[in-house]
Amino acid sequence: MGASITVEYVKKALPAGLGKWSLIGVVVGLGLAILALTMDPQRATFASLLGFMFVMSIAMGSLFFVALDHITGAVWSVPFRRVAELLSNTLFIAPILAAPILYNIFLEMGGHGMFDMYHWTHDEVVAADPFLSQKAPYLNESSFLFRYVLIWVLMVVFRFILVGNSFKQDKNFNHKLNKTNAAFSALFMIVFAISITITAIDFLMSLEPHWFSTIFGVYYFAGTFATVIAMITIISVNFNERGIMIEGINKDHYYSLGGWMFAFTTFWMYMAFSQFMLIWYANIPEETFWFMPRMEGGWAIASIALIFIKFIIPFGLSIQKPSKSNPRRLKLLALWIMGAHIYDMWWLSYPTYSHLTDSHGPVFGWQEIGFIILAVSLVLFIFNMTAKNKNIVPIGDAKMERALNFHL
Amino acid sequence: MNNEKLYALTALFDTPDGIMKAADAISGQYSRFDVNTPYPVHGMDDAMKLTPSRIGYFTISIGLACMSLMLYFIFWTNNVDYPQIIGGKPFFAFPTYVPIMFEITILTGAVLSVAMMISVLFRFPNNAHPLHDSGYMKAVSSDKYGIYIEAKDSNFDYAKVESLYKELGAIEISPVYYDEEELNWTPQTWDPKFVIGTLGIAAFTSFSVYMHMNKVLFLPPFNWMMEQPRADYGEESEFFADTYSMRVAPAGTIARGFMPYTYDNPDSAAKYLSNPTVPTEENLKLGQRKFTSYCSPCHGNLAEGASRLRGQMPPGPDLRAEMYQNFEDGRFYHTITKGKGIMSGYEAQITREERWAIVNYIRTLQKAYGVPAPKEETEAVAENMDNNTEASN
Repeated sequence: MGASITVEYVKKALPAGLGKWSLIGVVVGLGLAILALTMDPQRATFASLLGFMFVMSIAMGSLFFVALDHITGAVWSVPFRRVAELLSNTLFIAPILAAPILYNIFLEMGGHGMFDMYHWTHDEVVAADPFLSQKAPYLNESSFLFRYVLIWVLMVVFRFILVGNSFKQDKNFNHKLNKTNAAFSALFMIVFAISITITAIDFLMSLEPHWFSTIFGVYYFAGTFATVIAMITIISVNFNERGIMIEGINKDHYYSLGGWMFAFTTFWMYMAFSQFMLIWYANIPEETFWFMPRMEGGWAIASIALIFIKFIIPFGLSIQKPSKSNPRRLKLLALWIMGAHIYDMWWLSYPTYSHLTDSHGPVFGWQEIGFIILAVSLVLFIFNMTAKNKNIVPIGDAKMERALNFHL
Repeated sequence: MNNEKLYALTALFDTPDGIMKAADAISGQYSRFDVNTPYPVHGMDDAMKLTPSRIGYFTISIGLACMSLMLYFIFWTNNVDYPQIIGGKPFFAFPTYVPIMFEITILTGAVLSVAMMISVLFRFPNNAHPLHDSGYMKAVSSDKYGIYIEAKDSNFDYAKVESLYKELGAIEISPVYYDEEELNWTPQTWDPKFVIGTLGIAAFTSFSVYMHMNKVLFLPPFNWMMEQPRADYGEESEFFADTYSMRVAPAGTIARGFMPYTYDNPDSAAKYLSNPTVPTEENLKLGQRKFTSYCSPCHGNLAEGASRLRGQMPPGPDLRAEMYQNFEDGRFYHTITKGKGIMSGYEAQITREERWAIVNYIRTLQKAYGVPAPKEETEAVAENMDNNTEASN
């Protein structure tokens, strides 16, 4: 057994500002969220959907990053894996943001929903609609809740296996755990692919229950992975500049992180464009009606802005080599990509809100900002809380020494 | 061969560490040097102090330029040269252009970058390099790590470079000479070898393209598309209940650009039809041409009712008469379309626009004639016309 320390690592305290500011963010966000929920529960629930989809992106995406690292035996990503592992704790706070949505759906099981959000939850609408009644075996309140709980439990189980093994490795330096994790990662990949598709379909696509797009899960995944890499980048680049990470992380590691963001920005464009072009070209009324409200009035501007915000600007920011190895530009890119992902979630869900409330045109106000602050600061807060007592790099990993000598 | 000029002084090293150290030391003092290793060595860029390659700028400019050309080409074919409605989409169907533009950007960017590298940097078709066939090149392409400093370098001094190599721990130091004539060889257009080679390639390409287009494409499996199941007209159909392969268009379908004519009596046409054309000079010339071709044999060149048919047919009425001056445009149009009495309808011979042009021309003739004809004459003509109608009946 090759149980020995191969790298030098000294645990250092995390920056105090992280804990303080994330706590302030949680308090402010929670205050705004509760205020929004009491004033306009319908809008607040849509806003919490934004926050929930963002947190779900971080939670599931970070687990995916961990599994990808194990299954491919990647070397460069090992120092950043612990950041992803700690971010996967976000799973435990995801239900907080899902609560308003689930509460409303749960109420509607008895037929007494507070307000309109998911069309398919209204029994009389489903009964009158032949399409919805055929979809009813999948799209109904109890199976929605069941799927959500099942996915959450599966994710938590895999989180304990994959991340738990990694924590164990910190103490016993057992290199065999890498193989165990790789095997579980292979299983996780299948579970993850189905889970993220179901999450995207249930929470976002079913806002328009008549609409269907088989690529929707992949669309959400593309944004998810770019976001999680952006989160990892922001945290680890900041930590590395303060010397909290480990000695040996150089610009080639940065370049690889930037490369992922560049790749998934482009991948998102590929998915989004494929979805749009096929629907536009086939011109079938069952599919085009989803794009119609997004191409009219104020939403048309929001849709064109999406192309720039989610693709053209980050593409331009990340195409050059220095933009991926320069920490300043990398942090800017990462921040932009996270913001763009939230904007994308807003673009996916809010046209339904405009439609339901007859408020033609996009809406964005303090309710949304409150929930976004809540989501982002909850992620950082949980990260800070769990990272306090853990090593910030997986020092026991078999690939750690090679990872620090990584050069492109 | 006349190898007399010194090209470079080369040194071989046994380990990657050795070559890294050497590259690091030499890159500080010399600019015209290069490293050859059997495989890519990590960190060599930094050791050689290379600046980032600027090839990306070339690739993206050529890619974007060709993308713009392609966009213009698609635009021209679909909007200018041969506009065609495909799938009910606008002529300028931008989303469908995007994949093609994307592919063209990648393709031209990649291919032209390689072509530029071969033609400019490698000086194609000149394939000579002093290091070719040297012992140094043989060593570095199997298991040694080599570095060389060109004699052209401004700091080059044979003895100093040799001592530097020794200091760095080179296992073998050897000079490379070259033949100036061979290196500066330029291709001759009428070189027989070149001409024969070009003609040979052209002949082979033509032959293989001919064979592909005329023979290979008609062999299985390439011809499967022609043999796919399909319905031919006149064939019995297994799919449709009435067994007809050729389907009848739904009731009320009209052909594109076809305007159905629904009036069956002159009164309703006179009441509801209005002349959509404007009697411009062009329109009247068209009317004159058509009137002369189709109407004047019976009605006379000036619509005066003087037939050129010499009694083989009864002459047409004088269209300048008061009665006809008071005719509505729609009534004339209906008569031309459907005929009246022994006059047959000209719906099939004269197009819609031409019929209206004839109406306009008749009006012009009436204006030119001016004074309405005496009443008796008009009545006589009308009577005559009625008689003709009866006779034909």
